[in-house]
Amino acid sequence: MTASVHRDVSTAAPTPDVLRDLLTTMWRIRAFEERVGALKRADEVHGLIHLSIGGEGVAAAVCRQLRDGDAVYSGHRAHGHAVAKGTPLDRTMAELMGREGGLCSGMGGSMHLVDVAHGFLGATGVVGGNIPLALGSALAAKQRGTDAVAVVFFGDGAVQAGLFTESVNLATLWRLPVLLVCENNGFAEFTPRSAHTTVERVSDVVAPYPLPRTTVDGNEVGEVWSAFSELLARARAGEGPALLECLTHRLRGHYEGDPDRYREAVSTEDWQRKDPILRLQRAGHDAGWLAADEPAALEAAARAEVDEAVAWARSSPFPAVARAAALVESGGAR
Amino acid sequence: MAREITYIAAIMEGIHQEMSRDEDVLLIGQSVGGSPEDPFVAAFGPDRVRVTPISETAEIGMAAGAALAGKRPVVDCTMAEFLLVAMDQVVNEANRFHYMSGGRVTAPLVLKAGYGFTAGWAGQHTGSIYGMFMGVPGLKVALPSTPADAKGLMATAIRDDNPVLFLHHYLLTLETGDVPEGEHLVPFGQAAIVRPGTDVTLVATGWTVHRALEAAEELAADGVSVEVIDPRTIAPLDVDTVLASVERTGRLVLVDQATRHASVSAIIAAEVAEAGFASLRAPIVQVTALDAPIAYSKPMEDFVLPDVAKIVAGVRRAVDVTLPHDAATAVR
Repeated sequence: MTASVHRDVSTAAPTPDVLRDLLTTMWRIRAFEERVGALKRADEVHGLIHLSIGGEGVAAAVCRQLRDGDAVYSGHRAHGHAVAKGTPLDRTMAELMGREGGLCSGMGGSMHLVDVAHGFLGATGVVGGNIPLALGSALAAKQRGTDAVAVVFFGDGAVQAGLFTESVNLATLWRLPVLLVCENNGFAEFTPRSAHTTVERVSDVVAPYPLPRTTVDGNEVGEVWSAFSELLARARAGEGPALLECLTHRLRGHYEGDPDRYREAVSTEDWQRKDPILRLQRAGHDAGWLAADEPAALEAAARAEVDEAVAWARSSPFPAVARAAALVESGGAR
Repeated sequence: MAREITYIAAIMEGIHQEMSRDEDVLLIGQSVGGSPEDPFVAAFGPDRVRVTPISETAEIGMAAGAALAGKRPVVDCTMAEFLLVAMDQVVNEANRFHYMSGGRVTAPLVLKAGYGFTAGWAGQHTGSIYGMFMGVPGLKVALPSTPADAKGLMATAIRDDNPVLFLHHYLLTLETGDVPEGEHLVPFGQAAIVRPGTDVTLVATGWTVHRALEAAEELAADGVSVEVIDPRTIAPLDVDTVLASVERTGRLVLVDQATRHASVSAIIAAEVAEAGFASLRAPIVQVTALDAPIAYSKPMEDFVLPDVAKIVAGVRRAVDVTLPHDAATAVR
């Protein structure tokens, strides 16, 4: 049930095949996230849940170009990044349901997904805390002489934290192969960006530092793909870090259950215009690479895969509570 | 073969030997590798010995990420208080990953920092703040009191797959002692009985171990036999050695340079009160710093901290007590 998200790419403009792959991934994320929301309301998914509905394009376009050996770090809104990086839907869903079969045996949950085999080094729950971790993975890759990179996803809210600037400084100082991907959805938790800072564009925050910085429309998947492709090639070639700012939209509140009173509701019409999936489908129809009946088939396939994932997760037991303190420390040493 | 070297030299020797043994070991910090002649730069090169900006959060977080990726960084954080700047990365990231991933990843990271420098360094650079880290799941904490233990605990810390906070006492920096030359490992979670005795158990850490030994010597002249125990690591904490000692002596005195309510002594007192109550023939006595910052003024600094006289007085309080149930036993 893993989608083809790990093929190497060598051209800067996405081909129709690539775009179809991206669309497939975006539908998988959308179907997964909508189901997680429903399971949360039904209390089958436990805990604090942040959905990435509306931001699927960034996750898909970035992760599609990475390899298993590249490290990806995400934050509290991590499901889409994990799925795009190749984590299996069944074990990802099982983790959100706190089951033994989950990616982390049910011990991490939504904000702490880890899947080493797919290079998803992990999600961390404290805003910005993942940024220096990605620098460390990049340092290790550089010291090993490989062309692997580290990618960290964070929101515009993390940029006002001191560790963002500390990390940009260190990444540029050491020319680390780390790609900083900011999903600027205009809200830091519950607060519009304008109430937190006078700098509108995240890419302007890093202006004094010697790193390429690009702002793209994060809902325009092809644009994200091309911009990231260029920055990725530089990083693989040893030319150091880069920042990609993707202007996105968060269709849901900050967390599931968020009363969402701090912003105006998005009109259906407005959303039809912004939705990265609908936009890509319109573009595909216009360009002729997407047949009229394909979107419905992709959506149906994604929902069927999610159904299977949920059934699998439900069949997985909860972890034995007696092990609650067994994994606090590793017993290992070198 | 052992030879006498300083505590700080022993720590650096431990790091140097581990860097020779394992090329994944890195040394990172705000004042490391200052010149090409630096013994670490000369031996291991600037790629493995890296100076960082004064960016504790990024520095420690980056090292944690490198650890998750298979490196074994030693971060010289300089002073323990500087860890507070980066608290999320110290107590909430690397140390959680093994657990949160269901045991799938490890973060072999060593954070080295000095503490307890009571030489007029006043309110923000003198703290004995190890207590706030000992209850953090997934984080190990070593507090060496001798040059030999400093080397051996550092080597063990670097080889351990978990994040370790290695806190060395500033007042011991230039103290000397016999240290084995080659590979020397001191296991975690094994307290050392540094002076055997029969009348009272005296537990101390770091610099206070030496004050406890001085107090024990003074008390021996009065016929009081004091057993001095140094836990050496406070996470894991070797409660068993303390309990076994208290079973023999029936009395427990705890010395701690920390503020009383954030001390190791409070934790050990609670453990012994729960598991060793039947052995106790006197109330447990804690000789700690006051719940106050360290003042600049020398007499006030002395007043706040434990010293030999306070330890001696604490032991006498424990020894002079006869509990009602002891008296009852004596009558029968």
